[in-house]
Amino acid sequence: MTIRQLSVFIENKLGRINEVTKILATNNINMMAFSLAESTDFGVLRLIVSDVDKAAEVLKEARFGVSLAEVIAISLANTPGSLSKVMERLAGEGIFIEYMYAFSSGDVANVVIRPTNLEKCMKALETCDCNVLSEQSFA
Amino acid sequence: MIWNPTKECMNAEDKRLLQGERLRKVVDRVYHSVPFYRHKLQERDMRPDSITSIDDITKLPFTTKQDLRDNYPYGLFAVPMSEIVRIHASSGTTGNPTVVGYTRRDLAIWSEMIARCLSAFGADRNDIFQVAYGYGLFTGGLGLHYGVEHLGGTVIPASSGNTAKQVRLMRDFGTTAFASTPSYALYLADAMKESGISRDEFKLRIGIFGAEPWTENMRKEIETKLGINAYNVYGLSEIMGPGVSHECEYKCGSHIIDDHFYAEIIDPDTLEPVPYGQVGELVLTTLTKEGLPMIRYRTKDLCSLNPEPCKCGRTSIRMSRIMGRSDDMLIIRGVNVFPSQIESVILEMPEFEPHYLIYVDRVNNLDMLEVHVEVRDGFYSDEIKVMVELKKKLAARLHSVLGLHAEIKLVEPYTIERSEGKAKRVFDRRDIK
Repeated sequence: MTIRQLSVFIENKLGRINEVTKILATNNINMMAFSLAESTDFGVLRLIVSDVDKAAEVLKEARFGVSLAEVIAISLANTPGSLSKVMERLAGEGIFIEYMYAFSSGDVANVVIRPTNLEKCMKALETCDCNVLSEQSFA
Repeated sequence: MIWNPTKECMNAEDKRLLQGERLRKVVDRVYHSVPFYRHKLQERDMRPDSITSIDDITKLPFTTKQDLRDNYPYGLFAVPMSEIVRIHASSGTTGNPTVVGYTRRDLAIWSEMIARCLSAFGADRNDIFQVAYGYGLFTGGLGLHYGVEHLGGTVIPASSGNTAKQVRLMRDFGTTAFASTPSYALYLADAMKESGISRDEFKLRIGIFGAEPWTENMRKEIETKLGINAYNVYGLSEIMGPGVSHECEYKCGSHIIDDHFYAEIIDPDTLEPVPYGQVGELVLTTLTKEGLPMIRYRTKDLCSLNPEPCKCGRTSIRMSRIMGRSDDMLIIRGVNVFPSQIESVILEMPEFEPHYLIYVDRVNNLDMLEVHVEVRDGFYSDEIKVMVELKKKLAARLHSVLGLHAEIKLVEPYTIERSEGKAKRVFDRRDIK
C-alpha cells in the first residue's frame, strides 16, 4: 500500500517555506515528514501530511504549484543496521530509488521511499523486517 | 583609401541626378514585374513616369517586413528564378522567414560595397581577414567573404563560434582584420588574454563590427583590449546585407552607399519625413537592386542622417549609430528576436501557462536571454529532474526557433502579471544608448 506525498514547487526566495507551513498551520494540518530538494533556482518541498487532499486544496488556493505522488512509507526498528538490511534487499531485487528521506524518534524509525517501480518495491518490502504504513496511520 | 572616388566623392547635384535616374528605373522595373508593387502604385494613381526626380520618392508607398512575409518566399522578386543565383534568409521567425534573392549583378555590387567599406577602414589586398560571422542563410558570413575577395585580400572563412579555434587561427594565420559582432569581439578579447599568448604574436589591426547595435564605450573597450581600430558596418538582409553603410577613418557616422541605397528618416508614428539631424526611423530604397528591389523599406532602426561631406573626402550621406528600434524586435548576439516568437513556442507547450517575461542582459559583454515561465497545474512534479527536464525542453524548442540559447527560469504560479492589455513582457537591461 502506498501513500500520497504532497510536493510544492518553490522559487528560491526568502520566506516561501514559511508561507507553506503557515498555511498548513492555519488549516490545522499536521506535517509528519518533510524534505526539501533544491536546484539552482527552485526547490521542491515534499510533505507527508495528516490530510493530503485538504493540504493540496488550500495550497493551490494560495497559488502554489502543487502535485501529488505515490510513495511508500515504512517504519522499522530504530537500531543500527535495520535500514541497511532493507536497502540491501531492495538493491538485490534491482529496485532503483529516486529519492528517500527518514526521521526517527524513540524506538521507531520512519522512512519515505520513492522508487522508480512502486509495485516491485512493495513486493520486496513484504519480506523485509519492517511495517509498511498506510495513509490512515498519519491522519 | 577610397575604393571608388567617382561614386563616393560625387558632388551633391550629380548624386541627386544619378539617384533620380536610378529611382525612375527601379520603379519602372517593379511596376512591370512585381504585382505587389504595381497594385500599390495603382492604388495611388501612380505610374513609373510619376517619378521625375529623387524628390518624388516621398510619393511612393512604404514596404515592410510583413510584406516580405506575406509574399513568402519569392513573391517580391523582380526577376525570374533563372536570374537568381543566391538566396539568403532571415533567422527563424514565428511566421515565414524573410527570403532575399540576388542576381549575379546584385552580388557584384554587394562585393564592391564591402570593398568600399574595407578600404575606408584602411584595409587593402595585403590584409588577411578572418570572417567570424556565421556562414549560411545569414548574410554576414558570405557577404563579407566575397567582399574581401573582391578587394583582393585573403579571407579565412572561420564562421562563428569555437572561440579557442578563432584565437589559434588568428595567431597561426597572421590575421590582420577580424569581422564579427562587437559583443563577440569583447568575448574574444578575454579569450585571447586567457590563452596566455602575448599580444605581439597577433598581427590584428582592424576590427569590422556589425549585425547588432553598439556604443562608443564598447568601441573604446574593444580598441583598448584588442589594440586595434574598430569600425562599424551596417546592413540588413532585406536591403542587401552588411555594407549598406560603413564608417571611415574619422569614425563620425556611417557613410551610406547612397549611389545604390537612398536613405530617408521618418517619424514612425506619422510616417512624415523628419529634418536632418533628428532621430527617426531609417527608410531605405534600393536604387540598383535587380533580384529583390525594395521601395521605401521601413528598417525599424532608429537613427539620424547627416548630409555634410566628411573630412575623409566622401560626400555620401552619413547615418548616426542605431539608437533603438521602432518595433519590439530585439537583437541578441546579432540574432533578430521577436518576443512573439518566444510567445508562440510557449503557447504550443501544454506544460506552461501562456504567460512569460523576457529579460535581456549583457553579462561580460555577451548578450544573455532569460525567459521566465510558470508551469501549468498538472505538470508539477515531486522530482527535480522532471522539472529540470521541462526547462531543457523549452530551451531546446526556443533554440530551434531562435537559433539562440535562452536561460529558462521556472517561477511560481501567478507571479507573472496577468493583463489583457499591453503588459510589459520584455525587459532589455542592456545599456546600448
